[in-house]
Amino acid sequence: MTAAPECDHVLLVQAELDGELDAAQAAALLVHRAQCPICEAAAAELARARALIGQDLYHAMPEDVRGRIMAQITAAQAPRRAADSRRAASPALGWWRRWLSEWRLPAAGFGLGAACAALLAVLVVVPRPPDVAEEIVSGHIRALQPGHLEDVPSTDQHTVKPWFDGRIDFAPPVKDLAAQRFPLRGGRLDYIAGRPVAALVYQRDKHVIDLFVWPASESAARPAETTERQGYNAVHWTQDGMNLWAVSDLEAGQLREFAEDWRRSP
Amino acid sequence: MLPHLDAAYNLARWLMRDAAAAEDVVQEAMLRALTYFASFKGVNPRAWLLQIVRNAAYTSQGLDRGVEFVPIAATGEPGTVAEDDLVSTADDPEAVLIKARGERQARDLIAALPIELREPLVLRELEEMSYKEIAEITRTPIGTVMSRLFRARRLLAQTAARSEAT
Repeated sequence: MTAAPECDHVLLVQAELDGELDAAQAAALLVHRAQCPICEAAAAELARARALIGQDLYHAMPEDVRGRIMAQITAAQAPRRAADSRRAASPALGWWRRWLSEWRLPAAGFGLGAACAALLAVLVVVPRPPDVAEEIVSGHIRALQPGHLEDVPSTDQHTVKPWFDGRIDFAPPVKDLAAQRFPLRGGRLDYIAGRPVAALVYQRDKHVIDLFVWPASESAARPAETTERQGYNAVHWTQDGMNLWAVSDLEAGQLREFAEDWRRSP
Repeated sequence: MLPHLDAAYNLARWLMRDAAAAEDVVQEAMLRALTYFASFKGVNPRAWLLQIVRNAAYTSQGLDRGVEFVPIAATGEPGTVAEDDLVSTADDPEAVLIKARGERQARDLIAALPIELREPLVLRELEEMSYKEIAEITRTPIGTVMSRLFRARRLLAQTAARSEAT
């Protein structure tokens, strides 16, 4: 095989095929592909490879194998059940039921969603966001729904910071304020003002604080400003070329204290 | 766990390339899974089970001796393709593929891929797992998963095209 000329973007072409790009990345790739013959060729090759693989290649478990495996599981299960015989008969044990009943995760659909999102990102020219504070609060409330808060749950800033590599086009500053009683809980991606932003999640007692970070258009530092929307407080400032918005149901004074601690922390 | 028996068998079958060996691996994996399931606290039981299946496959006869395992230098950052990761000289998988081209079957072409290319391809295309899940199951950095997947697909497409041409 001769070494074909390569392009750094071919893995992104593949990632798009696999539904692994977010809207912003997909839109950027579209622009690149229009002028890169290597990526166009790679896209065709990847499509050819995918077309070769059908679900007929899937080795579902044959019935006789399933029968033997189930018999083995039941046999291995017997001592446990005997030990737990005071509980109701056979497979009613909680974990046994969990073993049986947890279901297959829906894997399809994501690719389609990513494609639609990419299309939207291209078609919709975001005018000027009417109210960033409103968006920040909506983002915060959305994230408070179960399971939406962190994509990378970690109290370690050295885990959270690298997680953003490759997911976002800037390196957000990640600080742990555990010493100031604002421990880091994790991070996730969010969309604010028409662009992907980093969201860092902190906590004070039972209160969750979201800190949204994205690059500022002007580099001059701006002092903190407090606003309030729908009963949530938000503090906004710029520092080291980053826009920072802290939002929480924490009382305004404490949220300002968080912003101040964060600003001073190295 | 039981809804994922097919996934477990599919992965074992593709890794071992043999029905009897695959059954042994799944048996072993299910016993391990059964032992540890009570302490399983994760959110992705399918990926968890597949990781156990993979471990069982690798420790079983044939794979743990490194006979057919072609080591590939891990690539650098995600998003980049190391030249030598795309054009492997070690063990020349292409030559193996050309041998298989007579069959012209995608099944044979995939089975002929070296295991570290076959594994991400099967997980991605047949199990529809995300890069992140594949990285966890195979204990490989995501960037390496991406470049291996790319190599696997490129070899597949090129060999298929060549066998059509002859």
